[in-house]
Amino acid sequence: MRSRPVYGELTPRPGSGHLFVADGEGAEAILDLFQKAGAQASSLLEKSHIIYMPGPNGTDFGARLEALGAAQYHRSPSFASAQSRLKKVLADAHMGLQIYLAGTEGLMGQAQRDVIEAGLPHEAVQTEHRGSTVRRVQCVHCKGITENVRTDPIKCSHCGLHLFVRDHYSRRLAAFQGVNIDAEDPGQVPAAVERFK
Amino acid sequence: MSVKAPRISVTVAEVVEVNPLIKRFRFVRSDGQPMPPFSGGAHIVVEMDDHGTRRLNPYSLMSVPEDSSGYSISVRRDDTGRGGSLYLHQQVKPGMAMEIGYPVNLFSLDQRAKKHLMIAGGIGITPFISQMAQLTSLGGRFELHYSVRNRELGAYVDELKALYGDRIHLYFDDEGDKIDLDRLLAGQSFGTHLYVCGPKGMISWVRSTADAAGWPKGTVHSEEFLAPPVGQPFTVELAQSKKSITVGATQSLLEAMEAANVDAPYLCRGGACGQCETDVVRCDGHIEHNDHWLSDEQKASNRKIMPCVSRFGGTTLVLDR
Repeated sequence: MRSRPVYGELTPRPGSGHLFVADGEGAEAILDLFQKAGAQASSLLEKSHIIYMPGPNGTDFGARLEALGAAQYHRSPSFASAQSRLKKVLADAHMGLQIYLAGTEGLMGQAQRDVIEAGLPHEAVQTEHRGSTVRRVQCVHCKGITENVRTDPIKCSHCGLHLFVRDHYSRRLAAFQGVNIDAEDPGQVPAAVERFK
Repeated sequence: MSVKAPRISVTVAEVVEVNPLIKRFRFVRSDGQPMPPFSGGAHIVVEMDDHGTRRLNPYSLMSVPEDSSGYSISVRRDDTGRGGSLYLHQQVKPGMAMEIGYPVNLFSLDQRAKKHLMIAGGIGITPFISQMAQLTSLGGRFELHYSVRNRELGAYVDELKALYGDRIHLYFDDEGDKIDLDRLLAGQSFGTHLYVCGPKGMISWVRSTADAAGWPKGTVHSEEFLAPPVGQPFTVELAQSKKSITVGATQSLLEAMEAANVDAPYLCRGGACGQCETDVVRCDGHIEHNDHWLSDEQKASNRKIMPCVSRFGGTTLVLDR
């Protein structure tokens, strides 16, 4: 599936500033990056801004991240509550700012979407997948988005249709595609399997 | 595109001496029809019959993209080049019939950008003239930094200043002006894309400075057409066509194939686009890779060649063409 995102490993890059957005276990990708930076870690931290939120599975390494001592550290309860801050940071930023995203696919996809809307190509953002594999799924029928999907199929949290969770991914929506699984034989819904944890 | 690709028959409507080195040519369709539309940054290949030598040189379109009444190009005379610019300067007169290719854009504006920062050196101004016209009608933000040798040779500086005011920044080499690139790049708002067109040294300076300042690769765009270099004549065997051809000292391999009626693909004819990439069947000798297209590994492997600008020295070169 060509649209299935591929994630990498965060690496420090030269830049005028460094913006990190992470959730849950993504904190450890940031901690590892500063470990790798070695002697340069302190000068990097002076220009770093970290926005962090707990993962969908409840993992919260906020205290360890805060202890890094970045120029700015901000903890939010959720991406929705962090988003206005992220958009403001991007609106005020200059070229040279490096963007690092780590944690769940849902968090990285939504933050990446804001960076793309700010004018950068999607490949200009570094990403590293850590922690939960739960998915953000858009129902192609009612267009509603269901967060933290664990099973396949799932019941759309908006219209109630049973959806097959595809690998087909949309960067614009920051979501995987969910398609009605029993459209041709209503009621013939396979048992849900836990595919994402 | 290739030798057999469709062309547009045009009439030279106007030849204007812009300054002692640059002339502007305007082409209109001989059949009176409108020209095909193009986007800012596009180029055309102009076909010339220079006393029996067929020349096909790429030139950026500098007219307004929505203006379908004709195309304009500006050509800088290169007295030591292979002769295409000299032919245009000395032989081409208003009323002459010529052939041009369809427009191709290898240097288009990235519409995702929130702002377009343009850096031009000398005749590298031409693609930006059509891009700025396009941005003006679409409402995009831009600023241009244009470096020229001196006021006399600064093509279109007055016209651009009159059109775009303080969005145009001029630098005159002989007055000691220099673009403060570090400062310029550091002050750009997030979402700005950078474009550079000019001499080779300027492009690599802008690219490396932007890279060091943390500009992502996808936000930096450049265009440089290479003129095919002159060199020693050499012989090439074409496996598919079952022909053996000799490439003259001032001829490119692509031109030699075309002269032998071999239908070889091309677009830019300047080592940039990749269209003419050809497999090497056998190479006993050294390929002079002059293109911007192949990777360093591909160049080292001697399994590919770009016939538009690259040459060969050695005993045998067999191509899959």
